[in-house]
Amino acid sequence: MGLTRDEVAKVSLLARLRFSDEELDTLTTQLGQVVEYVRQLEELDTESVLPMAHVEDNHNIFADDLPRPSLNREDALANAPKRDDECYRVPAVLGD
Amino acid sequence: MNDKPYEIIIGLEVHVQLQTQSKLFCRCSTTFGQPPNTQTCPVCIGMPGALPVMNRRAFELALKTAVALNLDIPAFTKWDRKNYFYPDLPKGYQISQFDLPMSQHGWLEISDPKGAFEPKRVRITRAHLEDDAGKSMHDEAAGKSDSRIDLNRTGTPLLEIVSEPDIRSPQEAKAYLTELKLLLTYLGVSDCNMQEGSLRVDGNLNLHIDTPEGRIATPIAEVKNMNSFRAVERAMAYEAQRQCEVWRENKIKLGDKPGGHKTTRGWDDTQQVTIKQREKEESSDYRYFPDPDLLPVIVTAEEVEQVRASLGELPAAMRTRLETTYGIDPYDSDVLVNQGRELVVYYEELATASGDGRRASNWVQQDVLRTLNESQTSISEFSVSAAALADLLKAIKAGDLDNTRSKDVFDEMVRSGRTAGDAMATLGIEKVDASDAESLCRELLEANPKIVEDLKAGKMKAVGSLIGQAKQKNPNVNPGQFKDMCLKIVESM
Amino acid sequence: MSVLESTATELLAELAAGNVSAAELTQTYLAQIEDHDEAIGAFLNVDAERALTQAEAIDTRRRAGAKLGLLAGLPVAVKDVLCTKGWTTTCGSRMLEHFVPPYDATVISKLKAADAVLIGKTNMDEFAMGGSTENSAFKRTHNPWALDRTPGGSSGGAAACVASNMAPLSIGTDTGGSIRQPAAFCGVTGMKPTYGRVSRYGLVAFASSLDQAGPLARTAEDVALLLEAIAGHDPLDSTSANVSTPSYTATVREPLAGLRLGVAREHFGDGLDREVDAAVREAIKVFESQGASVHEISLPHSKYAIATYYIIAPCEASSNLARYDGVHYGYRTDEKEMLAELAEERKALEAAGDRARLDALDSSLVRMYRETRSEGFGAEVKRRVMLGSYALSAGYYDAYYVKALKVRRLIREDYDAAFKDVDLIIGPTTATAAFKLGEMNEDPLTMYLQDLYTVSANLAGIAAISVPCGITGSGLPIGLQLQAAPFEEEKLLRAAHMFQRATDWHTRRPG
Repeated sequence: MGLTRDEVAKVSLLARLRFSDEELDTLTTQLGQVVEYVRQLEELDTESVLPMAHVEDNHNIFADDLPRPSLNREDALANAPKRDDECYRVPAVLGD
Repeated sequence: MNDKPYEIIIGLEVHVQLQTQSKLFCRCSTTFGQPPNTQTCPVCIGMPGALPVMNRRAFELALKTAVALNLDIPAFTKWDRKNYFYPDLPKGYQISQFDLPMSQHGWLEISDPKGAFEPKRVRITRAHLEDDAGKSMHDEAAGKSDSRIDLNRTGTPLLEIVSEPDIRSPQEAKAYLTELKLLLTYLGVSDCNMQEGSLRVDGNLNLHIDTPEGRIATPIAEVKNMNSFRAVERAMAYEAQRQCEVWRENKIKLGDKPGGHKTTRGWDDTQQVTIKQREKEESSDYRYFPDPDLLPVIVTAEEVEQVRASLGELPAAMRTRLETTYGIDPYDSDVLVNQGRELVVYYEELATASGDGRRASNWVQQDVLRTLNESQTSISEFSVSAAALADLLKAIKAGDLDNTRSKDVFDEMVRSGRTAGDAMATLGIEKVDASDAESLCRELLEANPKIVEDLKAGKMKAVGSLIGQAKQKNPNVNPGQFKDMCLKIVESM
Repeated sequence: MSVLESTATELLAELAAGNVSAAELTQTYLAQIEDHDEAIGAFLNVDAERALTQAEAIDTRRRAGAKLGLLAGLPVAVKDVLCTKGWTTTCGSRMLEHFVPPYDATVISKLKAADAVLIGKTNMDEFAMGGSTENSAFKRTHNPWALDRTPGGSSGGAAACVASNMAPLSIGTDTGGSIRQPAAFCGVTGMKPTYGRVSRYGLVAFASSLDQAGPLARTAEDVALLLEAIAGHDPLDSTSANVSTPSYTATVREPLAGLRLGVAREHFGDGLDREVDAAVREAIKVFESQGASVHEISLPHSKYAIATYYIIAPCEASSNLARYDGVHYGYRTDEKEMLAELAEERKALEAAGDRARLDALDSSLVRMYRETRSEGFGAEVKRRVMLGSYALSAGYYDAYYVKALKVRRLIREDYDAAFKDVDLIIGPTTATAAFKLGEMNEDPLTMYLQDLYTVSANLAGIAAISVPCGITGSGLPIGLQLQAAPFEEEKLLRAAHMFQRATDWHTRRPG
């Protein structure tokens, strides 16, 4: 099961990316090659192997519940591409 | 319920904000109602490079709740990223729990003291700890203008509690939520303030309908935006009726294609209807995977037992104990326990000191709660101690004063904060000596031969006039005792 | 003594002796940057004024007899993936072209606390994705040994600036070889520490379970110095290891007696350049001549490392890069233009009565996201975000991601077994010397296969170092890789120093 152009188009929405038809063709080929390559892992029997999400065995890392000062609002909003005095602004979330 | 042509199937998802000082993964304050974007930092804004560190208190509160909800606590739990794009989710993912939640397979018992439904256990699928999103504000009036984003709430710890579809009516749904809220309040893990969003409810509902072809299920609707328990009850009732009508019309079953998939609807409180919400095919592909920035948490069986031992008495057990210890009815224990732990402590002290659990229950439910309501205060600020009130109750039981006068004494105690004895003295209330009462009785009988005649003829109502006259002569006369005395003398005449 | 010929360790002594001031040193390097960086392109951002102010403050404190930090007065270049408060941090991406962090990465705080002079931010592949620094949105970096060749990547600027004497020390990051490969290509010494040794707080994430910051310098001694300054437990990073930091500078000159070296047959297979092979075998002899024993070992799952890596890294990246959505910081598409285009599309679909496509049409918010991200990210970043989103999507998660995590454990277990018998594993850092700029552009998979010898250390979370060990016939440096068990950086540094005492490859400078 290779990677289809339709799948690539679907994933592009999932990833909030947008491609031209030409780009979609190229991506389908390139991603298809990589997917084909990584599927060599299938030849390994990993039935009894535990997945390793972290390389370390550590656990129970906590911080104490002690509030600390936040950023002042101006510093927090300084990098926003669109804003007003108080908030970030985006195209209407309830819009069409 | 069985007269309905269908059975209602409801499962509830409740999000509770845990009462921590700081957020789940950073140390920004969680104080409600601050000016927008004044409680954020690189971590909760999801700035490049910032990393989460879990709040210990948040985990402890979540664990406490899970144990109280009879959930199993697995030894190993981890956090996963739930990926989706939304402007109030600055990281582009929520840190939640997917396949190995911190707790699963529990239950909460619900009942209705008035007997609207049989007591039952609602199974709880799981409870897991996750971070909250921020707030998108949209000015509807301004039409297509921008939305404004406030990230103060972003990162607040949430416990998501998911029930099995065990709830069979809107009333049960409300009872489940009421009992859950009570439990959370007893545990002190959340303020459960729905107005401030500390407790949020989504309901999944569908119907099972008997048809000639067998039992079918209607497509599930997830109902959101219900901002009170009353709203949940109404929304569930509305949605059941709606699904029934839709089924009659289109006969689409759960899982049918097209039309049989789960949909999302919003409750409109002004119109009292649920409205279908826009959805996209890809919106539910959250691409969960273990968050590499957070390490797992391991909880030992000993730790779980320690938590269990520290829970204190929970509402269900408390109700049963009050009923058996003080001889009160389930309805009464329910009212008392629902008022919270402090009131129950007051009640128990009163019941023990007065030696009359039922009378104590009545007084707490009526006079004490009424006074607290009128003055908008809590039991901890109440001016009449349980011991002082117990003295009053003992005086009533001993027949030292009647019901009307006892209310006067109580009001005086509330007003002055003095003991029952002092309040009675202030009001000039003293016990009427038995021989004084008897001579007064004989005096009045002699002066009212007509009444004596009526009484002899069995017209017991006539005694009321005598009591009235007696009270005029001596306000401290106990009407009950006086009545008995009159009848006894008349009988012997 | 010539400043530019000296190692950081030597400069530190000169600074302490008062023979040179931090300001003079900084001036010298700034002048060197001024003269050479136009040709090399190692820096994205040099702030001379900031650096000189910092240097002068250190000099003042030194004159006042204040106790100074470990790096007192030494200029350090920093890869532009570490957040610097009030100083643009771009990650080589158009997305963050104007991003000014309101906070310092822990590595930066530690450098400041050590009294280093932050001289500039270095070029890199966008979001550290790539092996040639050609994926930078802003400029190409040229290999100082041959300007038509790549310095490697993603820390290409970090390696090139040290190789061309524009900084004595620099900080890179390594997710699949991004410190070691450029170090090898540029003839400098570079270390990827054990995962958890150096805090990731403020390191803009590519693949969180693999990323690790580390030092690049001329010598193992200098690497020891810089590592000692930046290592240590950080309560702001849950994955930071709560272990004490040894004094690497105190032990780096002590040779390792009875050193057992492992040679993995998998490191000498097809595709290994003959000159690289010869140089590495020669290097092994250098160790043997100092008493080391050599043992053949096997890392049977290493051939799956690239496949494993190119599942795990893109999956994590697809999620880590979701935050770049044009809302809270960074680039946003031209909204007016975007809305106009969307309106036109809608009109056309309505006119055509195409109900289905009309229903599927993006909302203005979704279109804003898509345009922002498509314009703000470069091709390689988009490719990996797509790859990761695909591998994590419904139905594929177990087949790709979970499978890769399982193979990852097998790779780690290979190492655990090997390190029972040997102290270090020795082999080539890369299969070839630096390739030509533009050579790999159109073929992502071939590019990915370049990481063959380096990705395993990231997957296993172990420590590894690359040291110069030869020059090819065409005059390009060759890198030797040493790998050690977790938290055995000390062994790596001592072994590297042993090698550098016996050889002079690390002293060679480009023509």
